[in-house]
Amino acid sequence: MSDIQTPQNSLLRTDARTRQRSAAERRFRAYGVVAIAISLVALATLLVSILSSGLGAFSQSTIQIPVTLSQSVLDKSGTRDPAALRKVTTIGYAKLLNTALTQALAAKGIPTDGLGRKELAGMISKEAPAQIRDMVLANPDLIGSTVSVSVLSGGRIDGYLKGRVTLQSAERDGNVTPRQLQLADAMQDAGLLSRQINWGFLSAPDASDQRPEAAGLGVAILGSLYMMLIVLALALPIGVAASIYLEEFAPKNALTDLIEVNIANLAAVPSIVFGILGLAIFINVAGLPQSAPIVGGLVLTLMTLPTIIISTRASLKAVPPSIRDAALGVGASKMQTVFHHVLPLAAPGILTGAILGLAQALGETAPLLLIGMVAFVRDFPQAPPEGFFDPASALPVQIYNWTQRADPAFTERAWGAIIVLLAFLLIMNIAAVLLRRRYERRW
Amino acid sequence: MPVLWTTALILTLAALGFVMGRARALSLLGSDGSKLHSLPAYHGWSVALATLLPALAALWLWALVQPSLLERQMLHQIGSAAVVEPADAPLMVADIRRVATGLDVLARNGLMAARDIAQIDSTTTDLRGLFAANGVALGSDVPPHILSAAQSYRATEQSAAGIRTALVLALAVIGFGLGLRRVDSQFRARNSVERVVLGLLVLASGIAIATTVGIILSMLVETRSFFQLYDWKAFFFSPDWSPQFHGGSDLGILPLLWGTLYISVIALIVAVPIGLFAAIYLSEYATRRMRATLKPVIEVLAGIPTIVYGLFALATVGPMLRDYFAQPLGLGTSSASVMTAGLVMGIMLIPFVSSLSDDVVSQVPQAMRDGSLALGATKSETIRQVIVPAALPGIVGAVLLAASRAIGETMIVVLGAGAAAKLSLNPFEAMTTITVKIVSQLTGDSDFAAPETLVAFALGLTLFCITLGLNVIALFVVRRYRERYE
Repeated sequence: MSDIQTPQNSLLRTDARTRQRSAAERRFRAYGVVAIAISLVALATLLVSILSSGLGAFSQSTIQIPVTLSQSVLDKSGTRDPAALRKVTTIGYAKLLNTALTQALAAKGIPTDGLGRKELAGMISKEAPAQIRDMVLANPDLIGSTVSVSVLSGGRIDGYLKGRVTLQSAERDGNVTPRQLQLADAMQDAGLLSRQINWGFLSAPDASDQRPEAAGLGVAILGSLYMMLIVLALALPIGVAASIYLEEFAPKNALTDLIEVNIANLAAVPSIVFGILGLAIFINVAGLPQSAPIVGGLVLTLMTLPTIIISTRASLKAVPPSIRDAALGVGASKMQTVFHHVLPLAAPGILTGAILGLAQALGETAPLLLIGMVAFVRDFPQAPPEGFFDPASALPVQIYNWTQRADPAFTERAWGAIIVLLAFLLIMNIAAVLLRRRYERRW
Repeated sequence: MPVLWTTALILTLAALGFVMGRARALSLLGSDGSKLHSLPAYHGWSVALATLLPALAALWLWALVQPSLLERQMLHQIGSAAVVEPADAPLMVADIRRVATGLDVLARNGLMAARDIAQIDSTTTDLRGLFAANGVALGSDVPPHILSAAQSYRATEQSAAGIRTALVLALAVIGFGLGLRRVDSQFRARNSVERVVLGLLVLASGIAIATTVGIILSMLVETRSFFQLYDWKAFFFSPDWSPQFHGGSDLGILPLLWGTLYISVIALIVAVPIGLFAAIYLSEYATRRMRATLKPVIEVLAGIPTIVYGLFALATVGPMLRDYFAQPLGLGTSSASVMTAGLVMGIMLIPFVSSLSDDVVSQVPQAMRDGSLALGATKSETIRQVIVPAALPGIVGAVLLAASRAIGETMIVVLGAGAAAKLSLNPFEAMTTITVKIVSQLTGDSDFAAPETLVAFALGLTLFCITLGLNVIALFVVRRYRERYE
């Protein structure tokens, strides 16, 4: 065949318009990729931020020195009488610690000239004398012996070891001097000062503004646990009961429509409005104590209820009508059908929804702020049920509280607390996913 | 007897009723199993419920009503001895309660015999010191009329507790007896138990309505008292927000409303394009594996609590924006700004918009896509000209719901946007929102009945109405304009 020239309107030659359209297609696809990339970058930045700022809170610098618990200071009468031992306050123990520190420094050959008494005392945390006192009161036989203790170092010293405090910033800082930091270097080289894993972060109660090194999440975790127990005990039964009624028994009339619209709206109401409700009704009218887990639990129950109702209804709807028909066919009543046949089959979905609702409730802060949970709580609440009425804190509220304090050591602890909170949420979400995978049936 | 013990006793009685009812029904079964109308377990449940429900209901009603009745009696008694201002009444009641608690502590620790407690004379005994030594703190010394009111409060409370226990236990026993007597072969136990259970289910659904009613009522009542103290025109139209501790504050909502809307607009500008494009890419272009991995990862952004975003805004995004954008451009020196809060809130809303849009886009039937592609359109032209217009009502609904979420958000703006109420166009300045002021006015130190504190309820009601309006409009738009295919 002769050479046929490609005609003008052939598919083998793209014209300008087609090229434009293809370019538009590529651009559109690129927008989608860029959008997803931005979301992933934002998530990555968030996670990196959290981990880099928060992991430092899990380690704390401590000083290891031998302390002579001299009887002449701690137990003048020599009788080991608990009441007499209690009379020795932390001031006495602080003197013992300072003496021990001076002796340990001298033993390692570290020069301390140029450092005043207050500067030496400032190397150790103000919480440390209380630590030693608790140890001695628990075990009075230690009096008279020399024990090797590991006490928290001062907040600024800890900041120096973590890089927050530098020699330049120490010159402008009223709480630490460059000489103390140089002493810290020497102590580190000699093995007296080191960073250890800080289990107290998870178990100790909150501490005052001057002692960030001793602040911990113990009370907050317990308070959050109590509130989750109350939410589980109240929201799950009420939510499931309401869903069963709305899904299976309610007649299709205006009242039921109203209830359904109501629940959909409640799910979208801002959480702070629930806080206002809690303040106005539970605290002002019912007179429940402020900052108590019971009030927080009740407010969070009201918030979680719409979520649980919506997810339970979806699970109940997913059970095929043939199950219901079969049960009715063998002579069961409507109530027996629901409770003996439909509910057990919908149970995995209901539990998954409940766990996700709980996870959402765990992270809520705004309503708890309004019911007075910003209180600084030093004592652990008692065991339930009395403990529900004792003042307590909650994890997200503790995070907020710590961000409001001036010391950057507290900001680091806030990031660390965020890691703890996210760890709990991760566990709950993984449990929900595993539950769903293991037990869900596809009809 | 304390409430907990009474409840435990009633529960035990109910359990006993279940066992006995069931046993009695079983004994009536006879040789063939068809003599009973209902299964024995239902007879047991009918006895248990007859014991439990009237008694528990009476117990809870009593516990609800008792405090206000006692309070009224206390105030009546005080009113005959001294003049009481209406504003002082709650404080007096609290004082009386605390003194009564102190007397209880004295009696419980065995420090004074009951007879001596009844005869304490507050002018001769240092009650305040005595209480303080036992862990009960009083603000001032105890005047005689408060002491006598506290003593009669204690006496009335004890006798009320006694009557309550007796009444409730009597109800339980009567219920037990009547329930047990009912058990015979003709009794329709299953029907009666199912009726009661249905009633309980209806009650549970009622709690949802009760919550909404509670929200609206609680805010309405306090808002009414606020508008009695402060002019409503000044609240809604004044451009100044400056609460003063000593009164004479300017409490105008306009700067707060402006801050809220500005931050929400920025958040939507960030979230809607990214969320929409991400949803479209994941549902139209991505392979199944890519979608299965990426969708959950984006959902992770939705599961992170807002306090984490708040701290992220405060500690990371704020200083970054200030150092790289605001200061070089000379637009502001604050790390807390509208831009910070808006940006972080937008990031939080991305999965919200994305998952809602994904749902609507996947509901558009495949036939429309196929038809458009068959006519020669490229994929992006199909999406732009066929799918998005078809899904538009749902997308608009999603945007409105995201806007409602952004307006009601608290922690991100508390930590990221600052507390200065101003009307300004500069996005790098700190501006505050309605939610921040609700938190600050209700957690501050001012007196609860002052307009500075009550304004928080008015703000809350406004916020509730705005978000409710947006949700209703979203629902309406979706319902009215949604195309129904087949």
